[in-house]
Amino acid sequence: MKPDLTRRQFLKVTASGLAIAVAATSTGFRLLSAAELEKSGSAFRPNVWLEVLPDNTVIVTVSKSEMGQGVYTSLPMIVADELDADWKNIRMQVAPASDAYKDPEWGSQATGGSSSIRHMFEPLRKAGAAAREMLLMAAAREWEVAVKECAVDQGKVRHIRSNRMLTYGQLTKEAANLEVPQNPMLKKESQFRYVGKEIPRLDMHAKVNGVAQFGIDAFVPGMLYAAIARPPAYGADLVSYKKDAAQAVAGVHAVVPIHSGMAVCADTIEAAWKGRDALKPDWQNAKYPQLSTESLTKEFTGKFETKGIMARNDGDVGKAFASGSQKIESVYLLPYLSHATMEPMNCTVQVRGDGCDIWAPTQNQSGVLALAVQITGLKPEQIHVHTTFLGGGFGRRFERDFVEEALLLSLSTGKPVKLVWKREEDIQNDFYRPMNATRIQASLDADGNVTAWSHKIICPSIFARVFPQMMKNGIDNAAVEGVENMEYEVPNVAVEYVRFDSAVPVGFWRSVGSSHNAFTVESFVDELAVAAKKDPLEFRIGLLKNHPRARRVLEVAAEKAGWSKPLTRGQARGIAYHFSFGSYVAHVAEVSVDKNSGTINVHKATCAVDCGPTINPAIVTAQIMSGLTMGLSAALKEKIEIANGGIKSENFSDYKLLRMNEAPDVDVHIIKSNEKLGGIGEPGLPPIAPAVANAVFKATGARVRQLPMKPETVMAALRTA
Amino acid sequence: MISLAINGKTYEVDVASDVPLLWVIRERLQLTGTKFGCGIGMCGSCTVHIDGKAERSCQTPVGSAQGKKITTIEGLPENHPVKQAWIKEQVPQCGYCQPGQIMQAASLLAEDPHPSEAKIIQHMNGNLCRCGTYPKIKSAIRLASEGGEK
Repeated sequence: MKPDLTRRQFLKVTASGLAIAVAATSTGFRLLSAAELEKSGSAFRPNVWLEVLPDNTVIVTVSKSEMGQGVYTSLPMIVADELDADWKNIRMQVAPASDAYKDPEWGSQATGGSSSIRHMFEPLRKAGAAAREMLLMAAAREWEVAVKECAVDQGKVRHIRSNRMLTYGQLTKEAANLEVPQNPMLKKESQFRYVGKEIPRLDMHAKVNGVAQFGIDAFVPGMLYAAIARPPAYGADLVSYKKDAAQAVAGVHAVVPIHSGMAVCADTIEAAWKGRDALKPDWQNAKYPQLSTESLTKEFTGKFETKGIMARNDGDVGKAFASGSQKIESVYLLPYLSHATMEPMNCTVQVRGDGCDIWAPTQNQSGVLALAVQITGLKPEQIHVHTTFLGGGFGRRFERDFVEEALLLSLSTGKPVKLVWKREEDIQNDFYRPMNATRIQASLDADGNVTAWSHKIICPSIFARVFPQMMKNGIDNAAVEGVENMEYEVPNVAVEYVRFDSAVPVGFWRSVGSSHNAFTVESFVDELAVAAKKDPLEFRIGLLKNHPRARRVLEVAAEKAGWSKPLTRGQARGIAYHFSFGSYVAHVAEVSVDKNSGTINVHKATCAVDCGPTINPAIVTAQIMSGLTMGLSAALKEKIEIANGGIKSENFSDYKLLRMNEAPDVDVHIIKSNEKLGGIGEPGLPPIAPAVANAVFKATGARVRQLPMKPETVMAALRTA
Repeated sequence: MISLAINGKTYEVDVASDVPLLWVIRERLQLTGTKFGCGIGMCGSCTVHIDGKAERSCQTPVGSAQGKKITTIEGLPENHPVKQAWIKEQVPQCGYCQPGQIMQAASLLAEDPHPSEAKIIQHMNGNLCRCGTYPKIKSAIRLASEGGEK
């Protein structure tokens, strides 16, 4: 739905109730009612965040995608709180893709960067507070009393002296005609009714009963199922294929060439897949036939002498190295990773002459809408993007490749098309977490003080493809985040970035650059602690004199984990912390290592998080647990294997994810904080890999500098220890 | 025609007998709570009960399910102790794997009402969750097995 439709929807609703719209302007947010919207003309495109209906229902529109992080609950909580609504009357509805629902900070409707609460807290609070003041005013007029004699109470307005009551529903008509206050009084923290409480999630019932609609659950009458045969190697050509054999499969309607391969469209999913198998495509001329895990490892680690771009240069590293008494150097290597969302990529599209409907599990509504306009030639207002639940996102669903394919196939067949990727397609056609080789050098003086830190990163660029305008002086922030802003107080710091793009495409993967940089920084600082003969926790604290929030998460995680207490023989603890997406997280991992097999067992993880004020502590805890577990999966198991110019890994048989027997119990401690709101979807991930590697060192004396820490990698480290 | 008994109802489906039960359940009958995850029986998202046992519907030819009693997530009552425990513990995040997890857990408790920690892990280990809800799944199973006590 486009601005005009939103506007119509808005006016339709306000005929019977009260609705508050918010427009982001250059000077801040402007709040509007229906009457004001009508006067403002069509150039003005506010969104409708809340509607109060005569039956007391409060509808909150959520513009962010629900991929597990809880926004379908936490964002309505913010509105409900300022409105002082009765939580049981709250209903959430999913926003259409529309300019009206663009993120006020980004100017684009999308979900990512652990930013949903951070970007939406203020406009949603204002919308709720404005409606509350209007309802109060409406009641005061009705009773002919002063507003200050009235109070709101969970969906009702009460006249304090006489104890008269009116529900919000009874007041909507009167309130809808009032002027919207531009600076409504926001609640004080002590007045919050829902914010800060462990409110159960609104999507739980649907998810537990199997009725939550994911992208893969879309159906359109008369739709065809599509399956695409794709090249096994980057840039390979389709030399021949058996079109007739595919068309001979019962139920197959069409064999359609598409930019990404050869598509088979059929009545049923099994016919489409059988038809694809029958194609027996012959792919030749791989563009990079020699490309393999080994060739890439050689190339990445061969770039340490290549001159890069300085992302940070404090003091004089060279001079400090010349005078240091001890020099330490380490090289780290991290692999490409797949997102492996449990719901494989899919999209259902119906392109008609006069419009288009898209059912997509997407993190990128604005991008999907723009793509549909471009492909169909329709106007934005003719295109409806239905954002479904996302069976995992982690950045993968910011991409639009699967939507593009479904759009093109619906257009070329003239029918609605449901495209479902096989798991193998999903693993082999990802935009991967970049591979990374890092060399860090440091010097220590005679007292064990770190005098210089020189950090060189060899890494592909994500931004160069996705947001080229955000490249700064040739530097991709995703490659250097977490190092370029490293807080350890070292007088001389150099951070150098060598961009190296291979044929393997890269994209945003939960916590992005922090997913590799936390591992290198926090492993290396641990190595320095050993060199300085200091306890890893105390060593870190000593380097963070001016960073109280960082110190605090480390201290709390250590204290709750019993850092100084003895462990069972063979077990050891490791610690790491990282700042990302506005939040501080420290993890302590308790591990043991089977020295005969190299298998790491993580028994327990203790976490401390400072993310500023918390909207829903239960969701914060769940997200930290989630990030930690996904980070541990990457730390111990995940690696995309490359061979013969393409991706060799196929499915969960060879791209293994962490299973229940490997998942530790996780103990999360939220630090009460009045600092700026931080993100929560990603920050739990980065510090777990180094915490585990540091614990492995403590347990065995072996320093593992490569991820994943598979048994064979651990055995190799044990042999050199 | 294949005749299937799902959640107490009989369905007649015109489908070849080698088609995976998964596709019949979710794409033909639109009982979409049963999910497609990997197609090779390694993630458990497609788990249903066949004659009371947890089975991977992506590995079950529809022909072999004829004459058997099939239960999907939609057929497990809303007041089933496992579903209740899942809500109490607020297990799901993205939620995609959870119908499979719940069906797997329900079959465990039907077979052993008080499973040990080791038994829980052994029984649940074939079900992947990318959101990392494993600790909560374990708590929910303990809750369901002990009638509310963890």
